[in-house]
Order: sequence, then C-alpha cells, then structure tokens
Amino acid sequence: MSTTDHILKGATLSDGRTTDILIGGGVVKALGTNLTEAAATVIDADGLLALPGLVDLHTHLREPGFEGSETVLTGSRAAAKGGFTAVNAMANSSPVADTAGVVEQVQALGDRAGFVTVRPIGAVSQGLAGTHLSEIGAMANSRARVRVFSDDGSCVADPLLMRRALEYIKGFGGVLAQHAQEPRLTEGAQMNEGELSATLGLGGWPAVAEEAIIARDVLLAHHVGARLHICHVSTAGSVEVVRWAKSRGFEVTAEVTPHHLLLTEDLVSTYDARYKVNPPLRRSEDVEALRAALADGTIDIVATDHAPHTMEAKSCEWDNAANGMVGLESALSVVQKTMVDTGLIDWTDVERVLSAAPARIGQVAGHGIPIGVGSPAEITLYDRSVTSTFSVGDLAGKSINSPYLERELPGRVVATFHAGYATVLDGAVLDSDLVAANASAAQTAAK
Amino acid sequence: MKHLLSTADLGLDEAIRILDIAEDMADVSTREVRKLPTLRGITVVNLFFEDSTRTRISFEAAAKRLSADVINFSAKGSSVSKGESLKDTAQTLAAMGADGIVIRHPASGAPRVLAHSGWVEAGVVNAGDGTHEHPTQALLDAFTMRRRFHGAAARGRDLAGTRVLIVGDVLHSRVARSNAWLLKTLGAEVTFVAPPTLLPNGVAAFGVDVYYDLDEALARVQPDVVMMLRIQQERMNAAFFPNGREYARSWGLSATRLHGLPERTLVMHPGPMNRGLEISDEAADSPRSTVLEQVTNGVSVRMAVLYLTLAAGETN
Repeated sequence: MSTTDHILKGATLSDGRTTDILIGGGVVKALGTNLTEAAATVIDADGLLALPGLVDLHTHLREPGFEGSETVLTGSRAAAKGGFTAVNAMANSSPVADTAGVVEQVQALGDRAGFVTVRPIGAVSQGLAGTHLSEIGAMANSRARVRVFSDDGSCVADPLLMRRALEYIKGFGGVLAQHAQEPRLTEGAQMNEGELSATLGLGGWPAVAEEAIIARDVLLAHHVGARLHICHVSTAGSVEVVRWAKSRGFEVTAEVTPHHLLLTEDLVSTYDARYKVNPPLRRSEDVEALRAALADGTIDIVATDHAPHTMEAKSCEWDNAANGMVGLESALSVVQKTMVDTGLIDWTDVERVLSAAPARIGQVAGHGIPIGVGSPAEITLYDRSVTSTFSVGDLAGKSINSPYLERELPGRVVATFHAGYATVLDGAVLDSDLVAANASAAQTAAK
Repeated sequence: MKHLLSTADLGLDEAIRILDIAEDMADVSTREVRKLPTLRGITVVNLFFEDSTRTRISFEAAAKRLSADVINFSAKGSSVSKGESLKDTAQTLAAMGADGIVIRHPASGAPRVLAHSGWVEAGVVNAGDGTHEHPTQALLDAFTMRRRFHGAAARGRDLAGTRVLIVGDVLHSRVARSNAWLLKTLGAEVTFVAPPTLLPNGVAAFGVDVYYDLDEALARVQPDVVMMLRIQQERMNAAFFPNGREYARSWGLSATRLHGLPERTLVMHPGPMNRGLEISDEAADSPRSTVLEQVTNGVSVRMAVLYLTLAAGETN
C-alpha cells in the first residue's frame, strides 16, 4: 500500500467537467465518478478547480550565494504553496550559474528538496558580465540538461554577443530568455520615467529602453533563425513590438509578471521599497495593454520573477533598496483577480499561460500536461470562491517582500501534488522531511 | 505640522502662516538679544548624509536662536558603504532623545521614509533629498520675493500674479521642484527655462510653462523674478550640453540679459553660484540680486519651520 495515493472527489477541470481524480504511482490512474481505492486518502474537492501543476519560467531561488533571502528548499516550498510543481531557477546566483557544476548543484538541491521540479537556467555570459559566452554547451550537456539561458538581472546588451548566443543556443534547440533593458538608457534608473518620476525626483527608467532591445532582438532572432523569449514585458510599446514580430511569424515568446498585471507606478509615491522592482511598475495604460496582450496570446505566459530579498535590503531609502518582489505564493490569485474575474480569460487559458505554455517554452518534461488518465500527477487544487487579505502567513519562502500584504486577493491553493505525492494539503505546505522522503522514494521508483 | 517633507503638502493658508511667522522671526534678529526661549530643552539633530555647509549652518543658527540644543551628525559618504543604514542612524538618534531631525540625504524620498518608518518619533524636516525637494529653500525664496515686493506690508500676502522664471538644471534640481509647488500654491506664475536635456521627461506634471530659449522666455514672460539654478560640474561630462561656454551663452544670465530685464525684476540664486557659467558677475552683484538676502532670510524661515514642527504642534 502506498501512503501517497489520493482521490480528489468531485474536482472541476479547467474546461468545466467534474470528475474524481485518482492519483497513484506518480500518475493520474483514473478519472470518473465514485472512484474508490482502499489505500488512498480522500480529499473533498467539491467546487475546487484541478489544474495541471503550475510551471514558473522565471524564479530566483538565490542559492548558491544568497541563502539569507532564499534557498532552493525554501523557494521550492514557496512554489508549492502557490500551486507550482516546476520552477526554472535564474542564473544570477553567486557563483553565477555559468558552469555545469553550478547548474547540476542547483538541480540536485531541487531534487533532494522534492517540492517541485527545479530546472536551472544557465547564464548566457560568464559572470553575467555580458562580454564572453558562458559554458553553454557544457551546461546543455550536463546532467541538468539546461535548455533555457538568460542573463536575467542584466541585459545581453552587446548586439554581437546577443547574436552569437542566439545562434549557439539554437544548435541544441534551447531558448534565450532576454532581460530587455538598454543599460545606457537606464543608468541610475529607479522607477518608470514620466510625470511621476519627474515629481518624485527619482531616476527614470524609460519604456523605450525595454522596447528598443526587444525590437532589436526579435529582428536578430529572426535573422539567425533562433528562438527568443522575452522576460517580464512591462510596457504597452513592448506589447506592440511583440505583436508585430508574431504577425511576421518570428519565433518569439513573451512573459508578463503578476505584479505588472496588477500594480502601477502610483505606489512608488510612498517611497516604500516593497514596490521597487525591475522592470519597474508602469502606468495603468501599460497594465491594460499587458492584460489585453495576455488575453489575445501576444504574451504567452505569466512568470513570477519571484525575487526574494532580506528585510534590510528593503527597509531603507528607495535608491539603495534592492529590486524585486516575491511572487510565487500569490501568482495564481493575482491572475484570477486581474484576468479571470475581469472576464478577459477563462480557466483553460489560465492552464495554458501558467502551466502548458511555460512548460513548452522551457522544455520542462512531465509538466504542463492536461489532466487525464496516465498524465503525470502534477496537480494543483484551487478554491476560486474565497477572498482574503493576503498576509505574511500566506508566504512560505524565506523572505516577505511581497507587495500584496494587506491587499484583498481572491482564491486559495488548497493542495498541490508533485510527482504523485502531496506537497501542500489544506493550504499548508507539508513537512520538508516528509516531502524529501516521498521524493526520494518516487525518484527510486522512477529508476 | 509634524513634518515638513515637501512643499506640495502645503496649502495656501499654511504656506502664508509659515512666511508670516518667519517675518516675526526676522524681527527677532533685529533685536539686541537675538534669541527666543521657544525650543529650550528641545534637541534638534542636523543629520547630513551629504555635505552642505550653508544649509547646515543656517539650520544650526535657526535652532540656536530658538534656544534648542543642536547636534550635528555628519554621515557623509554612502551610509550603505559605511555599513550603517538610515535605519540604524535614525534609531541611534531616537535613543539619544532627538525631538527634531533635519535631514539632508542624497536619496530622493529618504526624509519621507524616515518620517513614516516608525523608527523615530521625532519631527522630520527635509533639508534637501536627492533630486526631489528642498522645501525650506523654496520657502525662503518665496519669503524673499514677498519682502522685496511688499516690504513691511508683506504679512498675510501671497504672490498672486508674480511671474517667476526658473532657469537651468530643472532635471536635477530639488530647488526647482519645491519652488514650482510652493510658488503655484501662492498664486505665482512659474515658467521653467532649460535646454531639453535638463528638463525631466514628464515636466508637464508641474503644470508650468516651459521654454527652451532664455531670450524668448525673458521677452515673452517679462518676469518679476529670474531664478538661476546651479549647474553641477559633473553635468558637463554627461552630454547634457556641449560645454560650459555654450551653456553660458545660451542659458546664462549675462550682463546683456541683465540689462534687458524690467526695472523691478529680481535676480535670485540658491547658491553656491558658478560665476561665469549660469550667472555673470554683473548679475550676481547687482542691486536686484537677492543672493545675500536669501541667506539671511533662510535663518528666519528655518526658525519658523522648526517652531511649527517642534513647538507649535504641542500648544495648538
């Protein structure tokens, strides 16, 4: 008898069908009504939405190097809490993930923690310095089989290095995820450039600094026949460039963060550094354009850009505060609030933008697959009907730099299943030792 | 008034009240004993994260004339590089029993963070934050204009209809920002004049007229006040304009431009001046220049602000 088998009674799938879901042996064993299995734990899922586990293409796990703000384990717990079953860990750790050794270490830490599939992203350039290519091939051929490369946090600004990187990564079918930020145009940048930055006396981060890089890179990627992914698109102008590129058939994909779908630059007038993020919060017109673009498919996915920081990195004057917000735990709620409750998309679209499409873009095997008999047991059980005030208790990572604290958000992740076992039950993240033991057993069984 | 963080927070009545109290304070300075007991037993800390001897000694003189105890705390250089954060510094000062904190900081918004952080209970006066605001400078500028135009009858008056040209590096100027808000509140008509590189993107937020050409602005506006802003040397190397000579030719208050001004037009400068760059010797030293009056008035205005933030709140 297996202790990890579960029956989710009366769950609703994204297309509206209602079914029991029997989870066992790492897969969905059966769908139907009145399913029974002696050894299985029964969960009443009446009225709850069952989605394929969420996949984040853009997570900062901070380990190695910045374990004060997050570790692979704590970030994995935050991910599970938010309904994620896979995350792609950005390369800006210390040391930078620019060698096979670092990416293999990150993947191994993720496997051992067992809350989610951790897929390391490799740096495009050595040390994220933007001058020499990192050991891209070594990372691609390592045990971590890296397929996404990014200098996120920094832009691959040198056009020639960008071209070479796009070409090189194309050689083994990977994708380059660009942090689009023209460095010279954003020297000293602190917030969106416009009337508010003029008033607040904070250095401006002009929209054109993002849009110009995206325009250059979609043309470059098309020219060399490579795939390009654009991280955290934040402006209405960027949306227009991506829309144009897609209309021409260019192989470009794009992501938007939950915070850019909800929050605007007005929050900066408090100088509260919780709202400091890169790219910065923009105007309400940008928020509207981003929502519309996600709804019409111009933007392919939502990615959290979960960026944990210690208290001291945020409780200081704006200029000296770190950029970034935690976002894994709140992502699905923010997407519900901004996209579903507004009628812009339905739950099948949510399944696409938070699971299927990011799994496809990141080549995250075994994820983003519709729930069906034989599909991997990567499942999120979500209660759409509740609304609550988001609080520190809703966070499960090491850092609490969330912009949503004290805000009303809809929805609650009730349970998360990864590789056939539960990582979250009754809204609570399960004990790390228990999950690690289940992960170890599942990995042994898979071999 | 618990804090003074931005002139945008001041309503018309409040602004006039500060200026009127500053008139009372100015009267004190003409007495034989130039001192009031108002802030006896109150500790004011001048917390300066960047050098500004002029502003610091002005605040120090103001506090001392009100009988406050003054502590000068110079935390020059990056507080972060010293390993001491704004929070630590603030908590240290709170533990020492500071009642008021006058803060100068290179980061925009630092005074607001300090005032609303919960780290200190003290009243906070912004003595210049980054490229954001310098409220007491704007108040002393308004005070100076009111005195020049209305003399002994200045009390209770606003600056309705006064045409003020603010010329130069508006982009980086906290003086320009604070003046724009305050002068508009007082009814003045404000115009910015600068090369486009030295105007913030989004300058429309200020709701003022903008000219790129100084001669055109002087001719069209016929200003009552021309306020010249200081050009920082480092702007020269950052492609904001080709060089100092070209800047002086196009946006400097030369002798020729000075002589073309209407008779009653005042020439103001927050100091320190770059003679030969934004202002000529003739303009700086002419009888219409208020540069030294501004320094004198600064003490009176800062006395008024310290009085209102530290004493008046308890009695009113």
